[in-house]
Amino acid sequence: MEKVLTKDVQPDGSALDIKRYELAGGYQGARKALKMTPKEVIEVVKQSGLRGRGGAGFPTGLKWSFVPGGTGAPHPKYLCCNADEMEPGTFKDRLLMEETPHQLIEGMICAAFAIEADVAYIFLRGEYFLSAERLRKALAEAYEHKYLGKNILGSGYNLEMHLHLSGGRYMCGEETGLLNALEGKRANPRTKPPFPQISGLFGKPTIVQNVETLCNVHHIINKGPEWFKGLSKSEDGGTKLYGASGKVKRPGLWELPMGTTVREILEEHAGGMKEGLKFRGLLPGGASTDFLVEEHLDVKMDFTEVQKAGSRMGTGTMIVMDDRTCPVGFVQNLEHFFAQESCGWCTPCWSGLSWAEKMLQSIEEGQGQEPDLGRLDFICRMAAPGNTFCALAPGAVEPLQSALKYFREDFERHIHEKRCPWR
Amino acid sequence: MGKIWVDDNWYEVNPDQSLLQVCLELGFDLPYFCWHPALGSVGACRQCAVKQFRDENDTRGRIVMSCMTPAAEGTRISVKDSDAAAFRAGVIEGLMLSHPHDCPVCDEGGECHLQDMTVMTGHNYRRTPYPKRTFHNQYLGPLINHEMNRCIQCYRCVRYYREYAGGTDLQAFGLRNIAYFGRQEDGILESEFAGNLVEICPTGVFTDKTLKQHYTRKWDLQMAPSVCVHCGLGCSTSAGERYGTLRRILNRYNGEVNGYFLCDRGRFGYEFVNSEQRVRQTLSRQDGRLKPVPKKKAVEQLGDILKGKSRVIGIGSPRASLESNFALRSLVGPDRFFNGMSDESSHLVSLMAEILRQGPARSPSLREIENSDAVLVLGEDVSNTAPRIALALRQSVRQQPMEMTDKMKIPRWLDHAVREAVQNDTGPLFIATPNETRLDDVATDTYRAAPDDIARLGFAVAHALDFDAPAGADLSDDVRQMAERIAQTLKAAKRPLVVAGPSLNSEAVIQAAANVARALAKDGKEAGLSFTMPEANSLGVSLLGGGKLSDAFKEVEEGKADTVIILENDLYRRAPARSVDNLMQAVRHMIVLDHLTTPTSSKAEFVLPAGAFAESDGTLVNNEGRAQRFFQAYIPEDDIQESWRWLLDMMKAAGKAEAGSWNVLDDLVSAAAGAVPALAKITEAAPSSKFRILNEKVPRSPHRSSGRTAMLANISVSEPKPPQDPDSALAFSMEGSPAQPPGALTPFFWSPGWNSIQSVNKFQSEINGALRGGDPGVRLIEPPQGGSAMYFSGPQKAFQARADEWLLVPLYHVFGSEELSNQAPAVAKLAPKPYVALNAADAARLHVEDGAQIEVSLDGTRQKLPVVVHPDLPKGIAGLPAGLVPLEGSGLPAWTKLSRS
Repeated sequence: MEKVLTKDVQPDGSALDIKRYELAGGYQGARKALKMTPKEVIEVVKQSGLRGRGGAGFPTGLKWSFVPGGTGAPHPKYLCCNADEMEPGTFKDRLLMEETPHQLIEGMICAAFAIEADVAYIFLRGEYFLSAERLRKALAEAYEHKYLGKNILGSGYNLEMHLHLSGGRYMCGEETGLLNALEGKRANPRTKPPFPQISGLFGKPTIVQNVETLCNVHHIINKGPEWFKGLSKSEDGGTKLYGASGKVKRPGLWELPMGTTVREILEEHAGGMKEGLKFRGLLPGGASTDFLVEEHLDVKMDFTEVQKAGSRMGTGTMIVMDDRTCPVGFVQNLEHFFAQESCGWCTPCWSGLSWAEKMLQSIEEGQGQEPDLGRLDFICRMAAPGNTFCALAPGAVEPLQSALKYFREDFERHIHEKRCPWR
Repeated sequence: MGKIWVDDNWYEVNPDQSLLQVCLELGFDLPYFCWHPALGSVGACRQCAVKQFRDENDTRGRIVMSCMTPAAEGTRISVKDSDAAAFRAGVIEGLMLSHPHDCPVCDEGGECHLQDMTVMTGHNYRRTPYPKRTFHNQYLGPLINHEMNRCIQCYRCVRYYREYAGGTDLQAFGLRNIAYFGRQEDGILESEFAGNLVEICPTGVFTDKTLKQHYTRKWDLQMAPSVCVHCGLGCSTSAGERYGTLRRILNRYNGEVNGYFLCDRGRFGYEFVNSEQRVRQTLSRQDGRLKPVPKKKAVEQLGDILKGKSRVIGIGSPRASLESNFALRSLVGPDRFFNGMSDESSHLVSLMAEILRQGPARSPSLREIENSDAVLVLGEDVSNTAPRIALALRQSVRQQPMEMTDKMKIPRWLDHAVREAVQNDTGPLFIATPNETRLDDVATDTYRAAPDDIARLGFAVAHALDFDAPAGADLSDDVRQMAERIAQTLKAAKRPLVVAGPSLNSEAVIQAAANVARALAKDGKEAGLSFTMPEANSLGVSLLGGGKLSDAFKEVEEGKADTVIILENDLYRRAPARSVDNLMQAVRHMIVLDHLTTPTSSKAEFVLPAGAFAESDGTLVNNEGRAQRFFQAYIPEDDIQESWRWLLDMMKAAGKAEAGSWNVLDDLVSAAAGAVPALAKITEAAPSSKFRILNEKVPRSPHRSSGRTAMLANISVSEPKPPQDPDSALAFSMEGSPAQPPGALTPFFWSPGWNSIQSVNKFQSEINGALRGGDPGVRLIEPPQGGSAMYFSGPQKAFQARADEWLLVPLYHVFGSEELSNQAPAVAKLAPKPYVALNAADAARLHVEDGAQIEVSLDGTRQKLPVVVHPDLPKGIAGLPAGLVPLEGSGLPAWTKLSRS
């Protein structure tokens, strides 16, 4: 299978410097893009079927086409790379930034050119020290080689690119919370509409895009949309970085065709469950996705098929749960994270998640009451999409609501036995 | 208008509004927290959920937040829907998880929006056994109490304080369920509009600390529609009393004037009414000392004095009602009536009145000021002289940026989307003052100069707008260019506004402002010209007429008068002490009517205790020229009565013929309207005492008023008959018509299920619109249509700093510069200590540092004052805090010598 995103990943984990990156074919996509018109770039990306890899899977080219373009468009326009990878169990962007920093910069140049952005920011998770170091170096090299700055490669196009390290909150990874954080404000989410494409960073048209998405762009330009579609086993184009964590034999990260089945990832690439453990379920794309269980193992990991199975592909990095792990404790741990990371803006989130966390803790400690499960169902309903201001709370209750569905007996045992049966 | 369906009935609504707003207007009880009519929608609390349906075939629908959804044509929603109702109850349950449920000991109890909304959703049982989160409460100063445990995280406080009022020291800290709303550390809230937090907060986090001193539930208050007396803007207030003391002031919505907000001087200045300094008994001088005398006896004695051969003059007051001033004028005769303002002030107020009468520029209401899209402020530090204007100007700078967001199709009610698109962009606001102002942060440009130079800038702007307007002579290039820029900007605006006033005692500044507004009007602009007024009834008294104070002094000096009646006035604040002392020595009889003991009253022969605003009825004319009636909240104890009633008593005792038919307020209102053409419309300021709703009066107390039969039971178990009110259509009772009275007669806002101030939405014709039946007050001054007015010729010489003298200008303080509020303990705590302000270079020239003592000599008096360095003050100018230094009567600006002591 053809590797695209990880083809330049070195066995020793080092990152290619700009010379070696160029020798490996780097910056060819950017050179090509700069000779096209912005509209043509958007068109190619549209045709490729690239969908956002941050979790929502929105068609990338379509999103870009909403940005007002041409003369008369407001400026400065912004491109923000969402590199605030804080989704529990997710570590795919980290690999790309640590080991292929120029790939991200090249993708961003193409994306920025497509929307005629003047300034680009990489909003990086504050704890990603190595990524920061390597991106900083790569940015300096890119400026030195005139891939950034004024009149890039003589094209007349100007782009400034900055690296910004997050102060560190899960909420900063939400598209509009990110914009507020970048402006130096509380990382509360923003009202949509208007979408950032119209009124984003500093009130100007802005595209916020995930690292992995951006890393695909110049490849698409270089090799064409049909090639990109051909990489995939499903309707959604390209390859995908899939990961697995939990008690599997070989936890890791693999670039595979989009649409690879859950079973293949779990059994072939991750090597199946560790000796003596049985599979109980997995969260397919980070902590804020619904559980998939045995019956879903042949589901193709793409945006559409996972959704049909009642969950979301999310970031594509699965967390696998085994039979020796208490589902209640598992979910309690996640809800502790989400309750803690609620920005405090809308009631079902700040209030509901902290209530859910307390209830789960009490169940896990053997102090749960019979009505607690109904109350947890109620909190999940309250936090359904549309009921809350942003996607944090709906995502936060996805593992909870699906655990209540697939592992309800385990919850009930805690309450009836007044203890955690796994302890 | 557009059509929407709510629970299968269709309604005509404004499709440009949010669903929440139109539902409230249609009378639906839809609960909300984070939305506020003045702050718009942000979608935080999720309380106002309704079910929306795609079309008539959609039976499932989906939950939407009505505050975030436009009431677009064809929208179909259900408020009753069981999912939506369950969701709303669920949100309340979430909000209440950590709320302390301490209603019985909470100051907000009984007028709490959280209580109302909780009851409205039906949530009533707490299903969580876990401990509640708790917070540290902060000391926020003498005005506001902080109790964070009650917080429900609606974010209204910080949105109001920071985004609406421009404050910076109240913030949201922390996150999740422990978001904290307070200051970085304990300390006095800096904004002079902090008091509105009391009404903005939907529960008891921010409450009125002055009310706490003498706490009473809303339902136990006896309230009256009132008008603020602490500056010239005339904000509508609701004054509440119990057991003979005034307990609090609450905002009374007036769409054209104050809207939802007051300044802190207006909200907390009321405590002077309960002051120890109050005159409560009739006093007459016996053996050189003022001693109580029976009221009747005093009136008889006064009648004898007035009947005799005394040559009586009357000195009125810009802080007394029109009726009191008119009664005095009638008692002494129009040609022996003096308006009681300082000569300078009297001249400037009549100049401003004349300018407004001539037009063509019109005096805007505060609502119109808020909607102006380019503003020039000449000479006025409005944050301190007329604070509510400053809050309105802060909104006006959003007008031009919001035209841009209109083009982006972002509805104006979608508050954060608008603010995020606008960012820090502001429309034009130019401020020319001698010192920095608290509006500078939103000013396009500021100009710091002496009063004459401020005037010259104004003349130059007018000249740049219209070549026929006289130019200011020899301007520097910088000033000329600034004038050009200002002129271009005002000219490009749709609703330009000029703000000026008398605070610098400069005729030229006022004339310059008139020229700018007239030049704009000549250009076809609907230009506004807003003058501040020094006191609550300055404009009213000026319209009533009367001589100037120095002429009153002359009358006495020349022996033409030997008796003087002084109405609610401390002459030492109006004229140099020498002149006042001379007057007092020369007159045989000096009769003073006032609420408070003042340097003037303590020298009188008779002191008659006058009712303060909450104890009287009367009419005040604000800076816009709007006559507004205030009503008695309660009948005061002891001898206190309205000044006009004292004056009627005196007229009757003296056998004055016209007084024979004057008995109640209405008589005086009609008589004044008949006698003075400029006041002809004051009868329309509020319904007369004959007004009834289905034969019933308007109750001053809520129907839940619980104590009437018990209040005096310790004295007698027989309930005394409630006092009658011959002067108004209000009753001293909870009995009366339960229907909504007209705005001018609304003592408090209350509606079934809506016990808090939020019930105002039930009284408005539309949200943020006029009160049903019209906003209170009547405009007395309308310039003639299409009239053109002459320009003032002005060019004066530029200000020249002197080698050994400084031009002393008054610097105003929202807390401290106003006479009455300064007697309110909480406000007095916030007043600065007397000082003299200098810029750094001048301080260096005098070899003094910040805090050093310096001697100021003025008018023969000397004062040692500490120096405060103000970097913005121009060279050669020194500032004195107005109303705080006992050099009061000496007119400023004046040249003074300063010397190190």
